This record gives sequence, C-alpha cells and structure tokens, in this order.
Amino acid sequence: MPFDPILAAIRFGTGLSPVLPPPGSAKAMLAQLTGRDDVARQLPIAPFTEARPTLNQLRDAKRAARTAAGTAQAGAARDAARARNLEAVTTRQRHFATTLARGVIAPEGGLRERMLSFWADHFTVTSRSGNTVHLITPFVEEAIRPHLGGRFGDMLLAVTTHPMMLAYLDQSRSIGPNSAAARRDGGGLNENLARELLELHTVGVDGPYDQADVRQLAELLTGLSWTPERGMEYRPTHAEPGAETVLGTTFAEAPRFDTIRSALQMLATHPATAAHLARKLAVHFVSDDPDPDLVAALEAQFLDTRGDLAAVTAALLDHPASWAPEARKVKPPLGYMQSALRALAVPPEMLIEADRQTWRRLIERPLRVMGQTWERAPGPDGWPEAAGAWITPQGMAGRIDWAMRAPTELLAALPDPRDFVMTALGPEPPEPVVFAARAAESLPEGIGVILASAAFQRR
Amino acid sequence: MAEIGGLNRREVLRGGLGLALGCSAAASPLLTPVAFASAPWENRLVVIILRGAMDGLDAIRPVGDRDWAALRPTLSRDDDKAERLDDGFFALHPALDRLLPMWRRGELSAVHAVSTPYRDRRSHFDGQDILEAGTPDFGGPGGSDGWLNRMLQTVPGIEAETAYAIGREKMLILTGAAPATRWSPDARLRLSPQARRLLEMVHHDDPLFRDASAQAIGIVDGLAAERAESAPAMADDAAGGMAGAALTGDHVQLAEFTASRLRGDTRIASFSINGWDTHGRQSASLPRALSNLADTLLTLEAGLGPAWDRTAVVCMTEFGRTARENGTRGTDHGTGGAMLLAGGALRGGRVLGDWPGLGQADLYSGRDLMPTRDVRAHAGWLMRGLFGIDRAAIEGAIFPGLELGADPRLLL
Repeated sequence: MPFDPILAAIRFGTGLSPVLPPPGSAKAMLAQLTGRDDVARQLPIAPFTEARPTLNQLRDAKRAARTAAGTAQAGAARDAARARNLEAVTTRQRHFATTLARGVIAPEGGLRERMLSFWADHFTVTSRSGNTVHLITPFVEEAIRPHLGGRFGDMLLAVTTHPMMLAYLDQSRSIGPNSAAARRDGGGLNENLARELLELHTVGVDGPYDQADVRQLAELLTGLSWTPERGMEYRPTHAEPGAETVLGTTFAEAPRFDTIRSALQMLATHPATAAHLARKLAVHFVSDDPDPDLVAALEAQFLDTRGDLAAVTAALLDHPASWAPEARKVKPPLGYMQSALRALAVPPEMLIEADRQTWRRLIERPLRVMGQTWERAPGPDGWPEAAGAWITPQGMAGRIDWAMRAPTELLAALPDPRDFVMTALGPEPPEPVVFAARAAESLPEGIGVILASAAFQRR
Repeated sequence: MAEIGGLNRREVLRGGLGLALGCSAAASPLLTPVAFASAPWENRLVVIILRGAMDGLDAIRPVGDRDWAALRPTLSRDDDKAERLDDGFFALHPALDRLLPMWRRGELSAVHAVSTPYRDRRSHFDGQDILEAGTPDFGGPGGSDGWLNRMLQTVPGIEAETAYAIGREKMLILTGAAPATRWSPDARLRLSPQARRLLEMVHHDDPLFRDASAQAIGIVDGLAAERAESAPAMADDAAGGMAGAALTGDHVQLAEFTASRLRGDTRIASFSINGWDTHGRQSASLPRALSNLADTLLTLEAGLGPAWDRTAVVCMTEFGRTARENGTRGTDHGTGGAMLLAGGALRGGRVLGDWPGLGQADLYSGRDLMPTRDVRAHAGWLMRGLFGIDRAAIEGAIFPGLELGADPRLLL
C-alpha cells in the first residue's frame, strides 16, 4: 500500500503541523477513529441536552419580555432576554472555535475531524430560529461524532430522530392525516424529512424511489416528534394508521417507534445507499471525478460490513487511487482555514477565548466572504464539492486577504517563511512557493503568500 | 483619485498585475458611458433565481377562481387586502404592495401556470439544476452548463465583464464555456505590488487559481477606481434622498452591486434570493421573502437609473407548490407556479398565461397547479427580443428541444 504520511495528513486529515508528527500508518489513523476520543475530552462541546441556554430558557426570557412590554418591568425583562440571547451567541462562537481548534490539535493527522465535517455536511442541519443557533454543534457532537467509526445505521438513527433534524426538516409538524390527533385537532402530513432521507441521506437522488415511496415514508415517520424538555418523543396518537411500503418493503402496521427504527435500518443498508455513500466519500476525499474502482471498493466494503464506517474508511485508505500524488481536491473554506491554523500552530485557547469582535473580524466574516458561512449551508444538501464552486474571484479574494492579514493577528510571533513553507507543504514544496516565501518583503506577506498558494489550497 | 492611464480593464484582467497598480479605467457610468463600452448590446437582462420554490399561487392569487378559497382556507384569509390585478381574476399578495406603482406603469408583470420540464420528484436541488441548466435532464456535477452561459456562447465578442454571477452562491445558470465573472459585494483585497507579483508566481502553474485571483484583483481595482470617480456624485444622491437608500439586507447589497455593474459594461447578471420553502406558517414566512423580492426590484430600479428602461428582470423558481395548503398552514413541493417579470423594457401590467383552473380534475396529479407553458419559452422570447438571438439558437443550443411557441410579446 502506497501510504505516505505527508499526503495522509493533507488529504485525509486537517493538514501538517509544526508540533504534531504526520500519521505513522493507516492503522494508526484508523485507531484514532475507533479509539478513545481524547480530542473531544480535551476540548469539550456540551451535548444538546446540556447546552446552555436551553431552548426553554431562551423562549421563556423572550416571552417574559413580550408580556412585560409597556409595564414597569419592561426594561428588566428586556435586559434579561438580551442577556440570554448573548449567552446563546457566546455559546455558538465557543462551539465554532472549538470545532476549528480540534483540527489544530488532533493527533495522527486529524482524520476524525475530517470525517466529522464530512458527515456533518451529509446530514446538514441549520438553525431555523434565533433560539437554536448555538445548538447545531451539539447535535453534531451527540448524533454524529460517536458514530464516525461505528455503523452508518446507528448514525442515521441518531441523526433522524434528533430534535434538531426533526425541527429542521419539519417532521415535528407532520401528523398522520387519519391519526387520532388529526381527527381531533386537524393537521396533516409534511413530506420534507421523508424526501431528504431518501434523496440526500440514504439511497440518493438516483435511487430506486418515487413519489409514492416519499409519501409512504412520510406516513411511516409520523409520530416522530420532540419537546425541548425531553428531546425526541414518539407519539402514537400522531402516527398514520396502517402499514406502509417503502422501496418494496412493507412495515408493521402497529404505530410503534420500532417501525421507524426498522425502516431506517433497511434504508441504511440498502445497496443504493452503499453506492451513493461510496461515491460521495470518494468525491469528497479524492477527486471530483473519482476512479470507478475506488468507488466500487468502498461500495463493496459498505455492503459486506453492513455499513461499518471504520471498515469503509480502511478501504479508502487502502486503495491505490487514494494516494495519487496529484492533489485534485480544493480545500473548502473551513478546511482551508483549519489547516492554516494547524500549520501555524495557533494555540486552541487563542481561538476559544477570542472576544466576539476579534472572532468576527478574523474568522467569521472572512469565511463568509470565502463562501462558507458557519453552520449556514445553503440547503439540506450541504456545501458544494466541486473545486470551481470555491475558487472564484470572490472566494480567492477572501482567501488571499485572510492569508495576508489574519496570521499576524492570531500569533504573537510569525514563523520564518523559509521554514514555514516546509511546515505547511511538507519537505518538498513547489519551487515557486519556496522562492516567493524567500522574496516576500515582509513576514506577514511571506506567510500569506504560502497560505494563498495553489499548493496549500489543494489536498 | 484613480488615474486614467493607457491601460484598459481588459489588460488588467489579462494579468498585467504588476503594472496595474491603482490604475484602471473601469467604466464609470457617470464619466465614461461610451469610451469603454465593449458589450455587444445596450439592453440588459437580470435573472433572479428564487431558491426554495416560490408559491406562485400565493404571490399572484387566482382569487377569481371558484376553487381558490376552498384550497387555501387559512392562506386566503387576507385576500381582501390583496390588490386586484388586470380584470380582477388575480390579486397581488399584500407583501408585494410596494410594487403596485411599478405594475401600474407597465413595468411589472406575471406569468402564471408555468414550470420547467421537471416533474414528479420535486427535489429543490434537482429542480434548481434543471431550471438553471435549462434542459429536461441535468448531467450531474460538472457535466452540464447553464442556459445563460449557453446564450453567451452563441454571441461573439463576449468578455468576462459582460456577464456577472453575483453573491456567495454558485450560479449554475452562468456556469460554462463562455466567460462570466463571479463576485460578491462583500469581498475585499488589499495587496502590495510585491505581494501581487508573488501571488502570480504561486498560482502560475494552476489555471483554476491563476485565473480566479487575476480576476479578483482586476475587479477590486475596477471597483476602487469607480468608487473614487463617483464619490462626489454619490454624495449628491444621498443628499437628494435616493429611492431605496433606506433598504437594507444582503439582497439589497446584491441588487445595488448588480445595478452598479449594469450601469457599466455588464449586460447580463444573475443572483438568487432564498427563503421560499414555506412548508409551515406560510402567512408569516412568505411575506418575508416577497418583501425581500420587492426591495430587490426597487433597488435595481433606483440603481439602474436611465438604464432601467433597457432592462428586463426575470424572477424564476424551481417549481410551484401544492394547490392545497397542508396540515401546517403551509404548502409542499408542487409543479406549476408563477414567474415575475420587471423592468422598463417590459410591456407589463398584465398576468400572462393560459389558466388551467383549480378544480380537482384540472390539477396536475390531483395536487398541483397544472403547468400550461414552459418557463423557458418566456426566457427564450426575452432573449430574442432583448438581444436578437435567433430562434434556431434558442430552440437548439440554449434550450435544446424547446418549442418557443407563440410570441407572448413581453417587451415594448
């Protein structure tokens, strides 16, 4: 197997670091994926149920402010609501910073952090109300992160039944038209989650389904709901009576959560799901136009192991096409920034403790200009993959401007560009970049021109 | 102040980076209306993609249809506030009120019961791909180009400045072999001459990066020159209370930037407005999106000045929404919908289209507004009228397989 430590860190990880060695072997990388999650222990993110402020705290504070409007308590109630809101905004920023910082300190190249961003994008959720802006990362932390080296089916179940997904794709509003609840209070079906489950999360848009399957799956999913206090909740009174047939499989008539579990299991291990995810992984990690043999190997492994993601990742790291010397993928803005922060060895506390203004100026706004606003993917299909979608005049302006300006503000002392060119690009950097690093007229420009080089922006 | 030197912007764009320092002759509409005009036409076309599937039935309500109120029991409650259009069969959603003067001047119209050729699966992403590709199928990632780009491919002498894809999102509609520039109004780039030279060096061997950064530098130089030149004029405008100056938001910024390009050499522009996927509580969510659309059109009108009379704006969406409201007082993904047309070049103030009716038997699949014409036909007739593109090119290269059909006479 043509394992190459430098390529491994750049292509399958969060990049090279001056303080952490590149991965020693594919085995060592995989051990990180399945072993104890030290990075998450060191830089924790509270899960959804423990994240503060809670949804209810925010709602109550806002409601109190509305009720108090025009009374003597108006000022105090408004201040209390603002304070809660600020707490949420602060938590969101901390989550954002922690996510980036984890990529800076991750051992063995940072494969786990890359897999996390791949699956978080696959199961994109964005906040549809001001009350949940700080709760997206906790969703990723508890529904996705624990399953990166586990079974796809377990991840699918955790994600699909998570309050944030139920809210994002309108499932909590969907009620079986013939259910007891609909007969009593009205209401009806909403197909959104069912459609995206098929089209995006499992069998894919080219998969063997039609409108009838969407409808049947939507009926099958009725009853799935949640409350801020208790999280996911199954409500038999909201479930559509009768058996449903999805992709040719008929599921039990009884309105029970187990029916949903079995349907998700069927979708998770469906051959079309294996094909869809195999291709998506190969496209994400290796090439916008991946080697068909690589895709076939991933697909076979997915099917053979019934969606064991550690085994699928092992197949990815094992395939010769994964190690093609030419870097064909372009780092998306978040990955670009994360790998730059890792190469600069920016201390995690520098990121996590940053004040709001600094964070916006140095990280948040530049990412937006580069085209990737944090946790605001344009739709449930996540961020684009193709190189051309990111390397536009505007995207380049954002990258170059950030590379020239941000590092000097993030670090007390910049490294010597003549050393940094090897820290960032490995022991054999392209000659023009070496020359440019040496010829820059100032230290920030020397660092900037390395980080803005085509060589650093590809992986 | 920027100097007007011997270089023109094209040379800057071509990569004379070291030479181009602070020296650009970007066409300021106020100072150099003719000297640098390189576009093949004077007319302008703006295509706005309404992402998320606009409910055309709610935006342009068929209040005169006998089945209307029953299909939309809660959403039709404020019909009395919706201004009647034309002969009163249709009414304009109250959130579009601010556009009534435009409508009455004949600079705004709607086409109803239209759709792309996309049917049945009702996926936003496929629907948008097909809308922007302008073909019945979409070839998959990277395998297809957009119809506005294909139109540019049929015209000689197109330069990067002729067409702009604006905003942070990728616009498939302008992707393809013909040059087009992509830019978002919030990008900045501050570089020393030496840094420019070195950047050119580290991008030299990678055409994707080389071209994108050369273009970025060209645009930034052009904008700086234009700002410097037009600063006094802008101050006058502000003092005089320019229409639309009070509007804010990303969509307004996009529209302002679009107008600034179209005042210069740009003739084609496209951007998107999101927020149309109104599955629940549509009475609260749709007005927000419609109001953004109204802001956008008013900002374009104000920003274009005299060029508004030579402009057509097309607002199109991937598909319509279900005829019936759903259980959550919203609507789900449907088929037929509406498109909106604006601009001083239009013969507007009309609701066009062949109305199919809303009776159970009239609906597509018993649930959606039946499309009676293809949105591409109207886009095609606009290109024909604005730019003189010939029918064979429209039915062949731009919208392969489309039959343009009868001329809806959209333009003055």
